[in-house]
Order: sequence, then C-alpha cells, then structure tokens
Amino acid sequence: MGEKKKKIVKQIKVDADLCNGCRACEAVCSAFHASPRYSSNNPARSRIRVHFDPLRNLYVPVYAGPYTESECMGRDKYTIDGKEYDECLFCRASCPSRDLFKEPDSGLPLKCDMCEDDPPLEEPMCVQVCLVDALTYEEREEEVEEEEEEKREDLEVGLEALINEYGLEKIMDTVARMAVSKEE
Amino acid sequence: MRYAETGFNLEVDLSRGSIERVETDPGLTELYLGGLGTNAKILWDRVPPEVEPFSPDNLLVFSSGILDGTLATGANRTIISTFSPQTLLMAFSMMGGFWAPELKFAGYDKVIVRGKSPNLVYLWINNDKVEIRDAGHLQGKGSLETAELIREELNEPKAQVLAIGLAGENRVYYASVEHGRSSASRGGIGAVMGSKGLKAIAVRGTKDLNIARPAEFFELCQEVLKYMQYRANNPIKGVPPILAGIGSPQEMAIHDEKWHTTSFSWGHARERRKDFWTSERAEEWKRTQEQSVERLISCYNCPMRCGGIVGHPELPTHRYMMKCYSKLTYVMAAMADDLEFGFKIAGLAQEYGLDGYTTPQVMAFAVELYEDGILTDQDMPGFPSGNEERFFYLLDKIVRREGIGDVLANGVYWAARQIGKGAEAYDHNTTKKHEQMVIKLGMLNPIYYLMYATGEKMSITQIEGQMPQAPLPKEYREEFVKDWIQVPKEEFKEFILKWEPRGEYAFPFWPPIDLMCELVEWQETMHYIDDCTGICAGLSSFPIKPPYHIHNLPKFISSATGMDMDEDALWEIAKRNRTLIRAINARRGLRREDEKPPEDHWKKRFPEYEAKLLDEYYKFKGWNKEGIPTKETLDKLGLDYVGEDLVRRGILADSEAAPSEQSAA
Repeated sequence: MGEKKKKIVKQIKVDADLCNGCRACEAVCSAFHASPRYSSNNPARSRIRVHFDPLRNLYVPVYAGPYTESECMGRDKYTIDGKEYDECLFCRASCPSRDLFKEPDSGLPLKCDMCEDDPPLEEPMCVQVCLVDALTYEEREEEVEEEEEEKREDLEVGLEALINEYGLEKIMDTVARMAVSKEE
Repeated sequence: MRYAETGFNLEVDLSRGSIERVETDPGLTELYLGGLGTNAKILWDRVPPEVEPFSPDNLLVFSSGILDGTLATGANRTIISTFSPQTLLMAFSMMGGFWAPELKFAGYDKVIVRGKSPNLVYLWINNDKVEIRDAGHLQGKGSLETAELIREELNEPKAQVLAIGLAGENRVYYASVEHGRSSASRGGIGAVMGSKGLKAIAVRGTKDLNIARPAEFFELCQEVLKYMQYRANNPIKGVPPILAGIGSPQEMAIHDEKWHTTSFSWGHARERRKDFWTSERAEEWKRTQEQSVERLISCYNCPMRCGGIVGHPELPTHRYMMKCYSKLTYVMAAMADDLEFGFKIAGLAQEYGLDGYTTPQVMAFAVELYEDGILTDQDMPGFPSGNEERFFYLLDKIVRREGIGDVLANGVYWAARQIGKGAEAYDHNTTKKHEQMVIKLGMLNPIYYLMYATGEKMSITQIEGQMPQAPLPKEYREEFVKDWIQVPKEEFKEFILKWEPRGEYAFPFWPPIDLMCELVEWQETMHYIDDCTGICAGLSSFPIKPPYHIHNLPKFISSATGMDMDEDALWEIAKRNRTLIRAINARRGLRREDEKPPEDHWKKRFPEYEAKLLDEYYKFKGWNKEGIPTKETLDKLGLDYVGEDLVRRGILADSEAAPSEQSAA
C-alpha cells in the first residue's frame, strides 16, 4: 500500500444541452496536437468528437479515453427524456468496432491528454473555444491511496497497440529493417 | 505543398459518367483567391454566353472558400455558382453548414459538374474514392429525407450531404440546394442541379488541411474569438436590437419581432402593419417560438447560434433546422398572423427545396391576381378561402408544376408575362427578374439606390453591411466612431458624425456623390472578399463592427496560404472578381436599363438625380455609360482577355470608354 497522496483531478464538464454542434472543439483539438502546433487541422484526428443528429436533437460531445483491444459483447440502448441513445455514443474507447478516436492514416489510437503543455494551459483548448459553455473546466484536489502509475508517453501507448495487433517480434523486426534502410 | 487550399478540383461529367481529379494552377489563386473568384474565372472561360442555364453545357460549381476548414471561426461557406434560369445571369448563392469544410478534408477545393445524367444520380465523395450512384429511389424525396437515406445506405453518419427536393427536380426557377441547417437559395441553382439529374452530393473527408504560418494564424483566430466575446457584451447603441449584435439576425433566439413585422411589408410587398406588434401578440409569438425551437445550433466552427432545431409533429421528418428569417417570410406574405403557420410551411418548403424569400412572394403575387380577378377558379380549381390554406395549396402546385403552378414556378417576372391580362403591372418588386426585399420606404436612400441598382447578387443582404442603416441618435455618435476599427477610411467616421435624418446633412442630396460611391464600394467589396474566403457574412461583411474586416483579413489570408497579401492587394483581388462578374453578365446582356430598384421601393424618387448617381458610380467603378467595364479598367486588372472578348463581340468598342453602336442598339 502506498502513502496517501494529493492529486489534482482535471475535469471537463459537458453540458450536452448547451452544445450547438459547431465542432470548434474538434477543429482546435486536432490543430493543437499537430506538429508543429496548429500547422494543420483535421477533425478526424480530434480527441473529442461531437455526435450530433439534429433530426433527433441528439448532441453528445465525447472525449477519447483508453484504447481497448476488443469490442463489447453486446450493445445497449438508453432512453433518456424520451430520446434513444446508442450506448456507443457515450463510450470513450478507441475500439475495434469503430473508426472513432484513431488516427485516420495509421489507425493508431488517440487519447485526450487535457492539452498538457509546458507551461500548462489555463484550460484545455476545446474548453477555450467553446463559447457556448457546453464544455467547462474544473480542477479539484483528491486524496489517492496508491502510487500513481507512471504516466506513459503517447508513443508507448501507440506502440503497445501495434504490438497487440502484430506481435512484439514482428514490430521489432520491422523497426530494425526500417532503421537499416534509413542508414543506407 | 499548398496551404489552406487543397490544390485539387473534382471535374465530374454527368453525360459521360466521368470523374477526374485535377490539380489547380496556384497562379489563379493569386489572381482570384478562391471561392466565388475562381468560380467566376471558370464560368467565364468555359461557359459561352449563348449557353442556356438548363443546357448540359452549363457548369454547376460547388466551391469551398480559401479559409474554409481552417481554424478561422465561421469559415464554412459553400459557394455555388452557375447561370440562373430566372435572371439568365450568373447565379450567386452561398450557404453555411458543414459541407465545404468536409470537401476540403476529403482533399478538394471545388466540385465542377457539367453534362446531364440520363437518370437521377448522386455523387459520393469519400476521400480519394468518388462515385456516381443511382438515385432512382430518392426521386421525389425531401431534402432532409434524402440526406438521411444517403447516410444510412452508405453507413456513413458523418457524411455531409447537400441535396435538392422536389422543386429542384421539377426545375422550379427558385429551387434551392439544401444542406440541413443551411441552404443556397438564390437564383434557382437547385433547378440547375435538377436539370443535370443530380439529386445530391455526399462527402466525407479525413485528411489534413495545412497552414503556412501556424503560430501567426492561430493568434489571429484567437483575436477574432476574443472580439466576438467583446461584441456579445457590447451591443451597438442607437440601432434596433436586431442590428446591434453580430451573426445572422438572431431570429431563433429573439422573440421580439416588432422591427421586422412593423417595418417590412406584408402580403405581396404591399402593406405595412405599424400596429401589428401588440403585447398580446408578443406573448403569443413568444409562446409559439419557445414550444417550437428545441435547440439553437451553429455552422461548422462558429459559436454564433443563428439556426434552430424546430420540432413540428406534422412534418415528415418531425424536426428540421430553420435559418434566420424564413420564420417570418411566409407568415407576412400570407397575411397570416400566426407564427405557428410560419414554422410549419417553412419546414415543408425546405423539404421541397425552395427559396424562403422568393417563394412566399410568388404565392402572395398569385393571391393578389386571384383577388383582382386576373387569375380565376378556372386557373386555380378548388382554391381555398383562408390565407394559410391558400399558401399550402399554392406550394403544392408550384413544386409539382401542376396547373397554374407550372407558371408560378418561373417566379413573378416570368409568370406575370405568361399570365398577361395586366398581370405585368403586379410585378412591382423585382430587379433583374429577381424578387427583392419586401421593404417599402419614404425618402430615397441614394446609397441603397446604388446597391439595389448595380448589385449582381440580387439579395440586398449580400450587398449591404457594416453601416448603420439610419443616422445614429446624436448622443451615440462619438462613442460609435471611437472604436470603429473596421472602416477603411477615416472619412467614413466623419459621415457618421454628421449624418442627420433631415436638414443639410440628410439624404438624398448629401453626402457628396464620391463619398457615396466609396461607401457603396466598401460594403459590397467586403461581401466579395467573404465569398472568396468562405467566411460567413454574419461575422464579416454584414453586421456593424464585425470581427473580420479589411485590416485583419489580409493577415488571415497571408498566414494561412503563405501568399503575400496586404489591404491593397486584397482590395484589388475583390475588384478584379467584381469586375469579372460584371463582364460575365454584360456578355449575357446586362445593361443600364436593367439596373433599377423596384419602382415603389421609395415613395420619393428623383429620376434625374438617380441617373446622375448611376453615371457617377459607373465612372467611379471604371465602367462605361452602359455599366460595362471599359477596356482600360479590364486591362489594369489583368483581365485583358475579357476586354478582348468583349471587343470581339462588339459589346465594347475598341480603345474607347463608350459602348459601340451595336451594343447600344
């Protein structure tokens, strides 16, 4: 058991009733994570996606969460205030059942990192551009029991996904081959 | 690498069923920028003036603007250009929404459609994969319904769809292209789309859009967002509430319709109802609106909520998305006092794909002819007696082109001439064969006179902007000009400070004509710039003190595209585009005699003075007495090839400003 530790929990509050479906959050997210920063944008790379279906008046902004290897065994549907929602609408996973939260070219999983930056931003970019206040930001302090798992780099998360798909050996072979061909 | 634009167009020939991806010439971007500008260049080069709008040789160009899809707030407009079956001139229509940004993410700046498909088809653009698909099963379907069915059959919920409804299929001259919460409505481009057998274009894109100087560009975007917040908290003082903010008029959010219902005309642009807006009515309309509007919605990458999701149980889709002013156009034209009627008929008309400005006017025109005995029960069997029922009756006839509907489907100008029996006299509110704003005023406004007369965009809302529409109350003037950063010239501030409702500094003989010309040019030019960038007029050329203006737009364009650009260079591009479009229309026969605002637009008119205004404005623009750009003007703008063509056709005389004898005849 680790010591009790204080931890800042970053929280984006989503008020789906206020969402106007403009997708400014998607646009700015993809631009912030471009390299160099803001050099391109592409909502398909965004780590937040707005599901919207005006004819049913369904508006659900969702953030990219953890990568998952396998999809759910079944699908549930929720009815809230008389409107039917597919459970997947709320799901944050980058998952084999859909193309959401994956890089469109490589298929690598995407995950919201709260726009971590040095120096830190006051608020994640999606919150900053949401002038209709569907997205708002809060930080709160929490006490946590165990040692925090070391934070993994994006690269590591991506590599692990590739390893899961192709096997460690194949990835290592490929990297070695590419390294050799680069040298030539 | 190309920045901000993709550098590729799609060329689709529906007669041959061919699709090509064509790289564009960056030199054209430097000269015409994009959107409307490059559309006009394509139409000049490839559609000779004898080509009829419904000919397979007419082109239909669906374009993005050069900033569409970038982080620039509100850069999302689709600019559709072709030749109008109604005016026979170049058709101007733009719409917001999500379509053009998606097209750029798919890797294209424009889709250029030519030819004519033997059967009804739709186009499916999915990144590099583009196909022409059968649309037989979508025939007669509503515009929203079509979009839904296409997304379902492609299993692509994120595909953006633009589509025509029954009106476009049946070539109603004022049929629109519909795209969810937006539509390109003016000039009958939906009819041209129908004539090509093209029901819809669906697009899905997942590619990057690149920016030349990212840090600089992002900083500018942030400034615009900040200014929008500032303007939200600082409405303009001394103007009606509807003009005090930015965005499209906030018709979905605002209940107070006193200004529109009491200043604009009812029926067939005839009657002002100054006592319409009572407190009971205000209560009732507020209740109806609150029951109907379920959510305020926006276009791509814009926080302004100019649209609304409207629920209506009697509509086939139960809900639709309403754009600002169609809430009132049907209500007022039908002399229906009930806002609920407006929500219902606007929803139906949108499914059929009809222009929300022209359609109600055509129907009111028919009602007037019926009441005056020019149209009879023979023409309109079973014509109901109630105002609202009459409009539903006419709507149905028009979109099906059934009976009298077949004539009315051509718009007021053509219908009046087809009906005859004195119906021509009822054509009192068109300019260049196109229905105009339903507003009737007292004293001639010389600035608006020039805009109505010479505008080729037909809709005054696509020409006017940035200026208060009446003198500001004295106490607000100093404050107004203090932070009026948008003006290109300091003299414009002097004008606002001096301008009075009557006396020495009042219309129509003040201000000096040269200043009027500059004020007209400024207003119109900003629209021409927006139509190249794809930025919404609601954030730029239309409202007073908008976040985008002549001083920051060149920086946006330059940092996004990497091109050198300053205010003078941008002004020159807008001037080149505006002049080219004038030449396109001159080549199709537009002349001075067509440049007339509706005769009853103002009660007090001054024919000689108006002629002088027009003379001076033409001179100021470098056009001859017939309103045709002179060879010298064209040469200066690098449009030598245009001048040569006009001379060859005898429209311009060689090396002089006056028109040749032939064209004057």
